[in-house]
Amino acid sequence: MTYQPPRIALSRRGFVIAALTAAGGMMLGLRPADAAAGAEVGAWLVIDPDDRITIRVSKSEMGQGVYTSLPMLIAEELHCDWSKVRVEHASANRNLTDHVYGSMGTGGSRTIRSLHAAMQQVGANARMRLITAAAQRWDVPATACTASDGQVHHAATGRAVRFGVLAPAAANVQLSAEPAITPPDQYSFAGKPVARLDTQVKCTGQAQFGIDVRLPDMVYAAVTLCPVPGGTVKSYDASKVTGRRGILAVVPVPNGVAVVADRFWRAKQASLDLPVEWNPGAGAGTNSAMFRAEYRAALDGKLATARNDGDVAQALTQGVLVEANYEVPHLSHAPMEPLNCTAHVRPDGVDVWLGTQNPDMALALAATAAGVAPEKVRVHVCYLGGGFGRRAVNDELIQAVTVAKAVGKPVKLVWTREIDIRHDRYRPQAALRCRASLATDGALNGLHIQTAVGSITRSLGWGSVPDGIERQAVEGLANQPYAVASQRVDCVLKNTHIPVMFWRSVGSSQNAFVVESFIDELAHAAKQDPYQFRRKLLAHRPDFLRVLDLAAEKGDWGKPLPAGKGRGIAIHESFDTIVAQVAEVSVSTHGEVKVDRVVAAVDCGHVVNPRLVEMQIESGVIYGLTAALFDAITIKDGAVEQGNFDTYQIARMADAPRIETYITLSRGARWGGIGEPGTPPVAPAVANAIFAITGKRISSLPISNTDLTSRT
Amino acid sequence: MITLTVNGQKHALDIEPETPLLWVLRDELGLTGTKFGCGIAQCGACSVHLNGAITRSCQVQIGDVDGATVLTIEGLSPDGSHPVQRAWIEHDVPQCGYCQSGQIMATVALLQQTPNPSDRDIDDAITNICRCGTYPRIRAAIHRAAALNKR
Repeated sequence: MTYQPPRIALSRRGFVIAALTAAGGMMLGLRPADAAAGAEVGAWLVIDPDDRITIRVSKSEMGQGVYTSLPMLIAEELHCDWSKVRVEHASANRNLTDHVYGSMGTGGSRTIRSLHAAMQQVGANARMRLITAAAQRWDVPATACTASDGQVHHAATGRAVRFGVLAPAAANVQLSAEPAITPPDQYSFAGKPVARLDTQVKCTGQAQFGIDVRLPDMVYAAVTLCPVPGGTVKSYDASKVTGRRGILAVVPVPNGVAVVADRFWRAKQASLDLPVEWNPGAGAGTNSAMFRAEYRAALDGKLATARNDGDVAQALTQGVLVEANYEVPHLSHAPMEPLNCTAHVRPDGVDVWLGTQNPDMALALAATAAGVAPEKVRVHVCYLGGGFGRRAVNDELIQAVTVAKAVGKPVKLVWTREIDIRHDRYRPQAALRCRASLATDGALNGLHIQTAVGSITRSLGWGSVPDGIERQAVEGLANQPYAVASQRVDCVLKNTHIPVMFWRSVGSSQNAFVVESFIDELAHAAKQDPYQFRRKLLAHRPDFLRVLDLAAEKGDWGKPLPAGKGRGIAIHESFDTIVAQVAEVSVSTHGEVKVDRVVAAVDCGHVVNPRLVEMQIESGVIYGLTAALFDAITIKDGAVEQGNFDTYQIARMADAPRIETYITLSRGARWGGIGEPGTPPVAPAVANAIFAITGKRISSLPISNTDLTSRT
Repeated sequence: MITLTVNGQKHALDIEPETPLLWVLRDELGLTGTKFGCGIAQCGACSVHLNGAITRSCQVQIGDVDGATVLTIEGLSPDGSHPVQRAWIEHDVPQCGYCQSGQIMATVALLQQTPNPSDRDIDDAITNICRCGTYPRIRAAIHRAAALNKR
């Protein structure tokens, strides 16, 4: 493969970073207090006289490990002492003016895929500047010098000098050409199971999340928002709470009212007691049963065609016709850290502190809400207490800036869990219909999949999707891997007043469930083993076969299990990564489902840190399992019915299966993501295991909606 | 005035007696290692030791525990060297990390009661929510911490 030069800028100018650390790293508490002495060797890293290296990471750390994986790619080329590496978040403000960090948005399992070569180039650039500085110092050719373990060496004379000594000169070195970077199959540091850099602070309570920000003179805000999304405030009576201890102000915010107090608890209690009348808007009177009927009916209306190979109508008349309908509900992200933002709006500028997946957009939102030029805004990106897509759009930031502008002090605005769950932007609800015709040997003559689902693009106001086909709506459908002569995928985008957005693995979260459940139904109809049935239909895809075979082998496919236990298998490609899973499941005679073991095989092409890959597969499995087993966001009178973890259940220790992850790398051109691909296969793998045990097909999620007490 | 000893330090607080201990720790005392997750004792992110017992601090009214002794994550060790923290670090348990203070405090309490817990004991005792799904690593780290404690 060829390596494209990075699109990010490699600054060749020395720069003292005191002002910038105030904008970023200090709030994370990672960068040492005497950091101002360091020299910036390019916009991405600062080397201190004592050899400490501060790497600026442009992507948000929400658990997926980018504060470790991206520095590893730089270190691969820099040849520094890894124990000296610290991390701070890159400045979105600087990115606005200097365009040095590219897109700072974190999502789509895109970080490593989009930045691996660029980060290596950052490290190689800095290394060559350090080598050049040393060569100049010794008056020897740069080609006679090498870098290792944080030093530049001149082998001929045995001399060596530390990076910390060279950094000020290296900061001013101009390279005539960018150095070559190491191909992934020759990595010497990347590719190894390196411990995370953020573990210690997360085991001692020191990691600073947005909710932990404390500023002098800071006050707190809690919000009450219209229960029906899209509704507005008709009136409220601030006098009912303004006399209370600590209450400072009552401030209208978009779709709601904020109560400001000297302590969060006082603000929160007052927000619950504040009398507010609402204009519920267009969503009033709706409920989930209506939506379900509307989504089902939409499948009989006009659909746009996303894929059309051969003549499906004709093909479906040949052989045995199999039909199935599936439904999935809205889902909430429910990150452990409820959304929050601290804002300080002053005449000379705006500062916001929060966990965001999108610092560039947060900066723009803050500028608009405060009514200042974007250059006046500084976004301090803290650790994210979970993201899963929710923190891609920061509704809480607009509220915090609005309140901070009104009160003139730093304001920490915190959502309660109830606000967080009732005012999410949800995984879309969907209804899907599948039809296929089987030849006598189990081959597929035709496959027709139709989906009715909410448009994320339209919901966010990011576009009208004029052709009616949204990539997220059909991902995993239009690119399904199984061999079939004639196939067609149709899509109808249908939105309600319930806002929808990216939820870990996005369209694949429902589409993998549907395709892999339906393939299982077809295997059953063809009277074939579900694994062997898939193998035949994937004969043309050796990449899928290798992953599928590994999961089947490690997952003990075909080996006997006691009564009441069974296995299910599923495979899905998302974000350029293929994951197959075998779920081992127990169903009790009372219909209780317990997932005992999940074996995952994964091909993400290349790997930067296999420990992070394992952790993300484990995380993705349990995130998907929570949704598969337990959860639905349902609507009554236009409002979300669930509000907290008593009604929106999250898998706990006792629900967690043993999880085994096996990595098989195809290398070559594949660079797959890893934050999301572990999630899609688990729902169908578990549902297929339940079918194997009970003979009952799970056609709607969550699984808890299906009565499994009797066996067919 | 309500008095409270937190991590060995005495505090006198002029505060409404119905204020939850969680918010006293976070907003009055600045001990932000203890987290707000749900406010209804479902998730355990706010877990601390109250007079030696594992407690979800969002459900404790400060007026009911005048004179109590509280241990938070910040008081567990000065440097992350408590055996449970060491086990957590060895197993790279945290992902986003938000729930881990509570998970660690719950584990410390479990191991005080049950020095060598079975998987079933862990299932029963560790009911804190982790949205990142670090449970397999938490389980492994609990067994490791039990082994470290024996040394």
